[in-house]
Amino acid sequence: MNGIHDMGGMHGLGPIEIEPDGPVFHAAWEGRVMALGDSMGPWGNWTVDRFRYLRETIAPADYLTKPYYEQWLMNFLRLFREAGLVSESELASGRPDSGAPKHEPKIRIEDIARVAGREDTARREDGKTPRFQPGDGVVARTISPTGHTRLPRYARGKRGVIDRDHGVFVFADTNAHGRGENPQHVYSVRFAARELWGETAAPRDGVYLDLWDDHLDPA
Amino acid sequence: MSQDHSHDQPSDPALQVKALESLLVEKGYVDPAALDALVDAYENKIGPHVGARVVAHAWLNPDFKRALLTDAKSALEELGITGWRSANLNALENTPSVHNLVVCTLCSCYPWSVLGLPPTWYKSAPFRSRAVIDPRGVLSEFGVELPEEVEIRVWDSTAELRYLVVPQRPSGSEALSEDALAALVTRDSMIGTGLARTPEGVAQEEPG
Repeated sequence: MNGIHDMGGMHGLGPIEIEPDGPVFHAAWEGRVMALGDSMGPWGNWTVDRFRYLRETIAPADYLTKPYYEQWLMNFLRLFREAGLVSESELASGRPDSGAPKHEPKIRIEDIARVAGREDTARREDGKTPRFQPGDGVVARTISPTGHTRLPRYARGKRGVIDRDHGVFVFADTNAHGRGENPQHVYSVRFAARELWGETAAPRDGVYLDLWDDHLDPA
Repeated sequence: MSQDHSHDQPSDPALQVKALESLLVEKGYVDPAALDALVDAYENKIGPHVGARVVAHAWLNPDFKRALLTDAKSALEELGITGWRSANLNALENTPSVHNLVVCTLCSCYPWSVLGLPPTWYKSAPFRSRAVIDPRGVLSEFGVELPEEVEIRVWDSTAELRYLVVPQRPSGSEALSEDALAALVTRDSMIGTGLARTPEGVAQEEPG
């Protein structure tokens, strides 16, 4: 979707508020949000792609102003409700509904070494044959899907060169919407800064994006 | 559980998270001790101290550096670093002629396995929006000025690949041990918004 999250290349969003040695969490509840999300993962079947898409649908004003972990909390609440793990009345009362089944946690403290930092699962062994080789000229497709896409607006229609082939990965754009993993090659594609931004950009600079076969056409 | 029942708009996240946690515990979905252990892992197990060790090791061992730059997963395994999506990590070497800078314009993708969770500014709109269009301006805000002949490569983490910048080894660090070198490697130098500290700089900041 052409949403506020797709902000690469925008001006006017203010100075960077640098915090050289900030804590990992600025309040204890932030860490609890992450831990709750990780612990609830085995109860639902949501994907990271779905999670990212949900965050993109947060109202633009909230997206720009709500603290990051509040946005994660909003996301997790939506996922828990969608998966039927909690009911509206339970969220309102803070207590299990009468007659609600009592479960056993799927992640216990003895499982933490296994589940904390579990390896990424988006890489696949098999997928479509690569359409491009390093050095090939490509053009990023001009698309405007209303759903999730990892092809940012600032690169659409621009010409680049395949820098490297990273192998086969789940295609986020379909996986976010339950339309299948559609595994295919992901490449780092180099776009000259001047191709993206015009003649005011430094002549030697470049931006590398990781794009899937379905984002690209031969130049 | 009184004030606000609008779950999409938590009025006080601390209270709301506390209530949510007790509900999920009472329903038997989560184990509070496991939550404590997860938070401890986010805060202490992962973090820039891991990446600093990798960079210092690469500075001292040319073979390891080569391996890191071509197959980071295997190189990290040599150091016992696994998980946290390290399988899809790529290391990028800064040189006198090339400077790498990492961003995620679409959300907040970050190399957890070597840097831990991202700082707030990395996830913020000002950094995400401008890193790709004005990397020199962004670097300048971090106090880094690069000559025009240096090529800046910005890596926008739009897929599941993750990027670690290997900063240039500072001059004056030739005699240092691996631990002393690791102390020069800042988080920002591994994102590309900073340079490694110099031994002189460290001495000035920490007299005695």
